[in-house]
Amino acid sequence: MGYSKDQLLARLKELQIEFSQYEHPVVLTVEAQAKYVGNLGGALSKNLFLKDKKHRYYVVSALADTKVDLKVLSQRLGLGKGGLRMAPEEALGEILQVPLGCVTPFAVVNESARHVSLLLDQGFKNQECCFFHPLANDMSISLNAHGLDKILKSIGRNPSYIDLEANPPVGKDQPPDLAAYVPSDSPVLPDLPEKAPSSQDSTGDSVGAATKTAAFTAKAVKPSGNAKNVKEKSADSARPSIPAADAGKFVEELLDRASALLLSEISEDSIKQHGGQLGAEVANNVKKYLREDLKNLATIFKNTAYTEGFYAGTRCQPKRL
Amino acid sequence: MEKTEDKNQQQEEEQVVNPWEVSAKDGGKIDYDKLIDKFGCQRLDQSFVDRVQRLTSRPPHVFLRRGVFFAHRDFNDILDAYERGDKFYLYTGRGPSSEALHLGHLIPFMFTKYLQDAFKVPLVIQLTDDEKCMWKNLSVEESQRLARENAKDIIACGFDISKTFIFSDFDYVGGAFYKNMVKVAKCVTYNKVVGIFGFTGEDHIGKVSFPPVQAVPSFPSSFPHLFSGKDDLRCLIPCAIDQDPYFRMTRDVAPRIGYHKPALIESLFFPALQGENGKMSASDPNSAIYVTDSAKDIKYKVNKHAFTGGQDSIEKHRQYGANLEVDIPIKYLNFFLEDDVELEHIKKEYGAGRMLTGEVKKRLAEVLTELVERHRRARAAVTEEMVDAFMAVRPLPNMFD
Repeated sequence: MGYSKDQLLARLKELQIEFSQYEHPVVLTVEAQAKYVGNLGGALSKNLFLKDKKHRYYVVSALADTKVDLKVLSQRLGLGKGGLRMAPEEALGEILQVPLGCVTPFAVVNESARHVSLLLDQGFKNQECCFFHPLANDMSISLNAHGLDKILKSIGRNPSYIDLEANPPVGKDQPPDLAAYVPSDSPVLPDLPEKAPSSQDSTGDSVGAATKTAAFTAKAVKPSGNAKNVKEKSADSARPSIPAADAGKFVEELLDRASALLLSEISEDSIKQHGGQLGAEVANNVKKYLREDLKNLATIFKNTAYTEGFYAGTRCQPKRL
Repeated sequence: MEKTEDKNQQQEEEQVVNPWEVSAKDGGKIDYDKLIDKFGCQRLDQSFVDRVQRLTSRPPHVFLRRGVFFAHRDFNDILDAYERGDKFYLYTGRGPSSEALHLGHLIPFMFTKYLQDAFKVPLVIQLTDDEKCMWKNLSVEESQRLARENAKDIIACGFDISKTFIFSDFDYVGGAFYKNMVKVAKCVTYNKVVGIFGFTGEDHIGKVSFPPVQAVPSFPSSFPHLFSGKDDLRCLIPCAIDQDPYFRMTRDVAPRIGYHKPALIESLFFPALQGENGKMSASDPNSAIYVTDSAKDIKYKVNKHAFTGGQDSIEKHRQYGANLEVDIPIKYLNFFLEDDVELEHIKKEYGAGRMLTGEVKKRLAEVLTELVERHRRARAAVTEEMVDAFMAVRPLPNMFD
């Protein structure tokens, strides 16, 4: 069940986020919206729901005047020149759970939109306030970037703002600067929790994102010295920040390492060398080499599980009496 | 007249070691014996290492075996108390001045994690964002942001969340912590603090009043949510030896306000890639290996920038062997190669000239890459929520288990 407009407004009030709301007839375009709220002092936003060839989805939310070039964006994300398209209408309902003409950054509060990457125009930060649809087209609410950050953070999203009009060169020595925003997971499968150190992440296309938690960092994702940093740092803004501590995946990882070591220990040479004693020898080596590694993995698992519990605990409703 | 001139000359020639500056005499090597003498701490000898092994029933950490952590104050008291069944807690910290952490930054944390696991004791980690705000003239927001980013790399070192409390000064100073700060501040005159830290009339009052902030985590009453009722709990501080002045001051004050003196266990400085005389600097990415470096970067940096003790030509090398005293790859392997036997073998062969610099560098690149990879994978598992949880002011009921 998708979040409703009223639930969103209630949540904003709960978090004490300042906003103004304006009802108007249903609008499907920015121009139509402008007729009703264009003169109220806030900046209008345009919101695009995009999809790439690997069925990953993106919401790009920008000031109405910001020029968004899908070809450039596609390259900056590392998807090649024609990698981004407007997402089909069905996806709007299925994933963002909003009607046509209602794409909005708030749509990511929905569980189904967990893996949708959110790209925000840094231009929002310079505006006193901006207009967005609160999950329905018959209303627009205006709030400032700070408020937007607050609600996004409250659902575990890490808001980062980028210069959507920038067109940096992308090539062999200049990796795509927005590669971090590509969701690391495949299509939204609600029952696919990811274990913390996912073995898929080990090389190459591991998703990283320079997470900037302070809402007022003046610069957007700036490659700090080494452009590769952005790609390889911890995975956060694109994927929901509460990966589940998955016992199954954890055990698979342990077993993978143990069997890899076993295979390397048992060879023709080692059989010749140790004969009947090979079992004891291998058992010893497995313990010796894997001990620290496995302890580290277990600690990560423990910390992740604790964090899950802690997060739930801080949002626990008091018992009804 | 002459006497003062002589004294000035001597001061110029001496090495400088304090929390904000580390430089050797005449651009040479740091003289650690002189440092121990001057500071008045003790050498950590083999008997300590053996005792730690006995008490913890596990092999001592590579940094202990290799003399990386080489000096201490009252570590024997900690061990005596531990043997009697009296536990202690660990306290370490970081000044978050930059986002990029290099291997040298990780060393105290790697060692502290070992201590936490081996002795099964809790740990508090202080992020001195206020200090960096003041000394490096960062904005408050930026220093707070850096503190959180650094916290992620620290967490990636593998600390147990059920036994670890991470805090930033901007968030935590206040309450019982601040009360202790005032108690400490009352015991240290302006002249004393100038003498210890070298402040001048031009330094702003923020700097002058900072030292108590770094001192009071040594006292359990600063953390009422953790150690309430345990005023007798001792504290062990693993740190690099340049932090000694803060804790000399703390140890001086502690008995006057009725607390145990904190014990210290101190490490050598981690040399820059360019050699002991070089300086690791944030502005020169080639002076150190960063935790964000790729395998390719590491290989490049080790091959192109590591200062070696090898000879100029293969023939000379085979004849004279390598100068292990100045060879950086050997020094780095000393820190990071776990296997004692392998290290000895490499030192012997390289020193005799039978092994070439290229081989040593190759092995080093492998070891460092594995380390950095492991760190990166652990870092990828650290989420904002996890940082929040580590930094939440919460009880740690199982901290001694």
